[in-house]
Amino acid sequence: MNLPFKPVILTTDALIFVLFAVVAISAWYISRHQHLLAPWKKVARSRSGMIAAVILLVFVTVGLLDSLHFRPVLPGDAAVGKANYAVDVMSVFDVIAAPLKRKQEKTYSAPLSAYLFAKETVELPDGSEARVFPRLTYGGAHLKDPATEQTPDIVKRIVAGVAIAALAWNILLLCVTFWLSHRHGHSVRDTWSAIWKGHTEMPWREMLVTNGVVFLVFVPMMVLSAGYHVLGTDKVGQDVFYLTLKSIRTGLVIGTLTTLVMLPFALLLGILAGYLRGWVDDIIQYLYTTLNSIPGVLLIAASVLILQGVIDRHQDWFQTASERADARLFLLCMILGVTSWTGLCRLLRGESLKLRELDYIQAARAFGVSDYRIITRHILPNVMHIVLIAIVMDFSGLILAEAVLSYVGVGVDPTMNSFGTMINSARMEMARDPMVWWSLASAFAFMLLLVLSANLFADAVRDAFDPRIRGRLASPGFLSKYLPATPGR
Amino acid sequence: MIAFLVRRILYAIPILIGVNVLTFLLFFIVNSPDDMARMQLGQKRVSDEAVVKWKQERGYDKPSFFDAQASGIRKITNTIFFEKSVPLFWFDFGRAEADGRDIAHEIRSRMWPSLAIALPVFIVGMLSYITFALLMAFFRATYIDIAGILLCIFAMSVSGLFYIIGGQYVISKLWNLVPISGYVGGLNAWKFLVLPVVIGIVGGVGASARWYRTIFIEEINRDYVRTARAKGLSEWRVLFRHVLHNAMIPILTGAVVAIPLLFLGSLITESFFSIPGLGSYTIDAISQQDFSVVRAMVFLGSVLYIIGLILTDISYTVADPRIRLQ
Amino acid sequence: MSMTPAILQVENLRTWLSGSEGIVHAVDGVSFSVARGETFALLGESGCGKSMTALSIARLLPDAGRISAGTVRLDGQDLLQLPEAAMRDVRGSRIGMIFQEPGTSLNPVMTVGAQIGEVLLQHTALRGSAADARVLELLDAVGLPDPKSRILEYPFQLSGGMKQRVMIAIALACEPRLLIADEPTTALDVTIQAQVLDLLRNLQKKMGMSILLITHDLGVVSEMAHHVAVMYAGEIVETARHDEFFRNPAHPYSRKLFASLPDRQTRDRSLAVIRGRVPSLASEFRGCRFADRCDFAWDLCKNTSPDWSAVESGHGVRCHLFSEKKEVPDAATTAFASGAGLSAACGPMHPETGMPLLAVDDLKVYFPIRKGIFKHVVGHVKAVDGVSLSLRAGRTLALVGESGSGKTTVGKGIVQLLPLAGGSVSLGGVDLATLSGSDLRGRRRDFQIIFQDPYSSLNPRMRVLDIIEEGMIALGVGGDRRARATRVEEIMVQVGLGAEMKYRYPHEFSGGQRQRIAIARALAVEPKLIVCDEPTSALDVSVQAQILNLLRDLQSRLCIAYLFITHNMSVVEYLADEVAVMYLGKIVEQGSADEVLHNPQHAYTKALLSAVPRVEKEAPIASI
Repeated sequence: MNLPFKPVILTTDALIFVLFAVVAISAWYISRHQHLLAPWKKVARSRSGMIAAVILLVFVTVGLLDSLHFRPVLPGDAAVGKANYAVDVMSVFDVIAAPLKRKQEKTYSAPLSAYLFAKETVELPDGSEARVFPRLTYGGAHLKDPATEQTPDIVKRIVAGVAIAALAWNILLLCVTFWLSHRHGHSVRDTWSAIWKGHTEMPWREMLVTNGVVFLVFVPMMVLSAGYHVLGTDKVGQDVFYLTLKSIRTGLVIGTLTTLVMLPFALLLGILAGYLRGWVDDIIQYLYTTLNSIPGVLLIAASVLILQGVIDRHQDWFQTASERADARLFLLCMILGVTSWTGLCRLLRGESLKLRELDYIQAARAFGVSDYRIITRHILPNVMHIVLIAIVMDFSGLILAEAVLSYVGVGVDPTMNSFGTMINSARMEMARDPMVWWSLASAFAFMLLLVLSANLFADAVRDAFDPRIRGRLASPGFLSKYLPATPGR
Repeated sequence: MIAFLVRRILYAIPILIGVNVLTFLLFFIVNSPDDMARMQLGQKRVSDEAVVKWKQERGYDKPSFFDAQASGIRKITNTIFFEKSVPLFWFDFGRAEADGRDIAHEIRSRMWPSLAIALPVFIVGMLSYITFALLMAFFRATYIDIAGILLCIFAMSVSGLFYIIGGQYVISKLWNLVPISGYVGGLNAWKFLVLPVVIGIVGGVGASARWYRTIFIEEINRDYVRTARAKGLSEWRVLFRHVLHNAMIPILTGAVVAIPLLFLGSLITESFFSIPGLGSYTIDAISQQDFSVVRAMVFLGSVLYIIGLILTDISYTVADPRIRLQ
Repeated sequence: MSMTPAILQVENLRTWLSGSEGIVHAVDGVSFSVARGETFALLGESGCGKSMTALSIARLLPDAGRISAGTVRLDGQDLLQLPEAAMRDVRGSRIGMIFQEPGTSLNPVMTVGAQIGEVLLQHTALRGSAADARVLELLDAVGLPDPKSRILEYPFQLSGGMKQRVMIAIALACEPRLLIADEPTTALDVTIQAQVLDLLRNLQKKMGMSILLITHDLGVVSEMAHHVAVMYAGEIVETARHDEFFRNPAHPYSRKLFASLPDRQTRDRSLAVIRGRVPSLASEFRGCRFADRCDFAWDLCKNTSPDWSAVESGHGVRCHLFSEKKEVPDAATTAFASGAGLSAACGPMHPETGMPLLAVDDLKVYFPIRKGIFKHVVGHVKAVDGVSLSLRAGRTLALVGESGSGKTTVGKGIVQLLPLAGGSVSLGGVDLATLSGSDLRGRRRDFQIIFQDPYSSLNPRMRVLDIIEEGMIALGVGGDRRARATRVEEIMVQVGLGAEMKYRYPHEFSGGQRQRIAIARALAVEPKLIVCDEPTSALDVSVQAQILNLLRDLQSRLCIAYLFITHNMSVVEYLADEVAVMYLGKIVEQGSADEVLHNPQHAYTKALLSAVPRVEKEAPIASI
């Protein structure tokens, strides 16, 4: 039997699935242990944290949908009995956003425009030639006379979008209210008024309003997308809205997998150095001082260039261009991870040094408990909150770093959609007059939304788990490696 | 003190050797000299002779770590690693692969424009971040403080690239206040420096001011501050005389280590503003894949970092009477 | 009360703290007044709101706190109505304050002279050399040796006692009429405490100031106070003149505090304990706040908050026993099961003739000092330098000493948590110092250790079951999982915890309960010797009594020997069979408890004993 598609699991996909599974299992485990749940309940009570979480959830959903990859079967050969699959790797998100992807124009067009942004010479019916802005192939193609019809049409679509958004939001509202009233055993009416008076333990009112705003913004955008390019098109005519949404996955992958890659190093070496001390500590300290002393960007740049060379010389390792681009993304995560584990490692070393002197570890040693068991049972569980805080705090820094690195040319593959590549290709158009601002603006706006919610969420997590850690972990050291000239570290 | 300095300098040697081994492994083992030659000469259709010639000219035709054919000490010295690494220790960086210019000379002439941007950013930045943070600490737990924190979080969520592109667009293009980019030597340089310096300061405000605020708040909650208040001192006096001095200790650790690194400039700012500093030099080298320049910058960066670490320890003794170096 | 009008009058003071569990009513309607030239002691256990009362008076509350009602009159002027700027003129000049931790209360990066001079700069016209001269005078007055050279020193160069003297100099620089001393000697060693208390008394005599003394220590109150107020759960429950209070404490809580003090008289009995725990100040109260823990409470106590009633003139109490004129029940109800010395658990072996269980000979623990370019070892800190001890099965040896004497290091050296520089530790005839690896592990079940801080001695991420079981697993005792679980339940009951608590995590327990868990963990491997490293010094006195009772009870049933490390003389008197006094890494005196405590030979032992503040318990108290 031939499937209509062939699933493709890229390296980063696999890791994302692993991460997803780990998160799901931890969530299940934490939910069954009150003492582990307590700080999370504190996070859940934070208003800014939960607003950020709602927005992050939207981003994560897009990212996950964009991580389910497959190769569609090519039409025609099915009769032969052996299906041929397309060279292009698609994702579930691509299928959903297929209309956006398909509607490629010739070159730039402004948001919601019906015309190209560049003049073309066209032959007029009377045989003469004129330089005009030609109509777009897809954007506003349904309009007979854009000059008169466009504004009413856009308003109509926005109104429809708002109506759909309102409907969807109300359904969500009812579902949440019923669920909450069922869960806590209160009447629906009481639950409703508790939500709107802000008397619920979790800030449901704020979360629902956030959700409403998300609906109000995105549903009309989607409705408009059916007939227009909401955020315009880029140089080769691709829909900027589509590109921006596709960039989300890249940002999420870099933000999460990098930390995942560095975690084992940081955890193992940090704890070993702090717990065992002596020569083990000396070696590990030497290792991270050496790595730290190399300017971060240079080390990353050099590593990326060299590994890029290796990839270029071994094109045959990869079946498709997507796989090659994905391999580079994965390597970038690895490199960022290997160069950024030192901060967390030092922190964990310090914490382990402190923990090993604590009475409960002394008590364990008085029983002759083995070092392995002390590390796994006593030290590891008691440094996990630091690891968690490091993960959420590094996340936003890494997304920003990706943009800078891609600008320098040592980021993701140029064919891969990311905020960095979008900015990189758009900055050339700064000099154009009038300026092509929309791809730049879209990339920056989405990146800001993602990073800002990540930062707010990280703040809530840190406050709940260990507010005192700020000074040590929140130092802008990590960021300053990538940002332009920031004093301090 | 002397013993401390000697020990730190001795400790720097294994670190620098480690840096060299690491860069060497990256540049010469993962990427063989043959690959490098092909990259420099253009990917395709390079004759083997051209590769051999390229390697010979640059001394890359020797064994990597160990020359079995040579005798005595030459077994070790007649290798790429030795010839390319050891001269770095007396700052003999050799010549650039792409254009054959003397790297040391380039560094000497390019570090001044870098410093002209990085130093004002550092000094003015530090002062303004500390002031901002002190203000937030003074108004702690009020709406002013919360607004300040939110502003910081917002500022650090904006990409650094946006500050540069937005600043160039608004200040140079719309308002025509200063040139978009470029550089001249001498006193007229200020026109080209103002914008990158301002952008550099604004770009760092979010993360730094918030971090400093945290340090201040942590200090404010200590017992000695309560004692100071019990003396009847005003809140500003408590902040300036007691909190600031104690908070300077962690702030210094973070800041002093960066001072020597100011020489290296900033990659992104310099390339956006076409400043002929070390940052843009590095970025050009990266895009041209000129490994001898990159290696020189890596080495220089490590040396400066180690100097920064030593300076940090020394600055501790100045700020904190409890610490005596030995 | 007093003839002269009071210098400080506090009326109906209420202070609220906003915390994570809601509003905490830390001070809930407190009224008292401090007479001129007198010392007024505010006595209470941790968390009763006494420090918050002190901070409220000076309006130095933490950011989360706020005064919601009341008046605080200093010389008739209501401080709570003053604008902040005017209040700053009061602080430091009319009210001086000293705090518990001299180590953290001084600015670490400012010289001693500058920190004192700052007060003069703020409140007086003294400048330049006149100010310097005054600083010198102050340092001299607080008895800091060599004051001239101290002026330019930093706090880290001074000892704890000297730091507290500097704090006193700061507080008294402008000769305030009122000194608020918040646990001024709690962080100090007992000999230093005696000196500081002495100094405060002398300065009071000389300057005629009033002192508001905040403390948890009945001994300190007994030595210092003219007037006493007892605080419990945010309220003052009893107030009286010193003599009246110590002769006839009225409130059941006050009586319990006396009865739970260990000392020689109670030696062969269990100590009285207060059951339950202090109620959360975030909760609403209906009846008497002490009702749940009171032996005499009846229905009225649970439902109606008691008003203030007078026992005698100047002696008030907040208790229904007095407002209802009930006969104060004779406290003989809290009679005790006699500990009755050693029980049969130790078998027929006669304690006097048997071989000692533990024989420590010439124990040395050194810590290296590193210096120079290569950080080579140039010398050693001889933390423990030639200590010899012996302890028989089922007996208690108290190792007494002040901080820095090396007593904890001895304990850790004996249980082989620190490498020994020399000497032998023989337990049951086997020298532990020569054992290593699995041989040592095989012996570890014979000796265990209990630590001081119940909060750091239990892993917060492990369940009680896992904590107690850990040693059994590591040492392979207690059989399979089932058998172990049964054993854990047994031990938990033995130490006074319900077996159903075994699936809980440490944060759900109070300090005293945590210490019980730590004891259970040690007991689980059935040790012959337990090193108790200050197991009660982090606990309130009423909880301390529970733990001491438990330790005694376990000893008589299981014949465990205790090496009891402590600085608390009254605990030694209550518990120890033998005493060894440690000073600077060496043992200066050793012998039976009777000999050492009653007829000390060494000068240091004598100084130590005379420094302990005594509570004169009089006849009525003994009957409680």
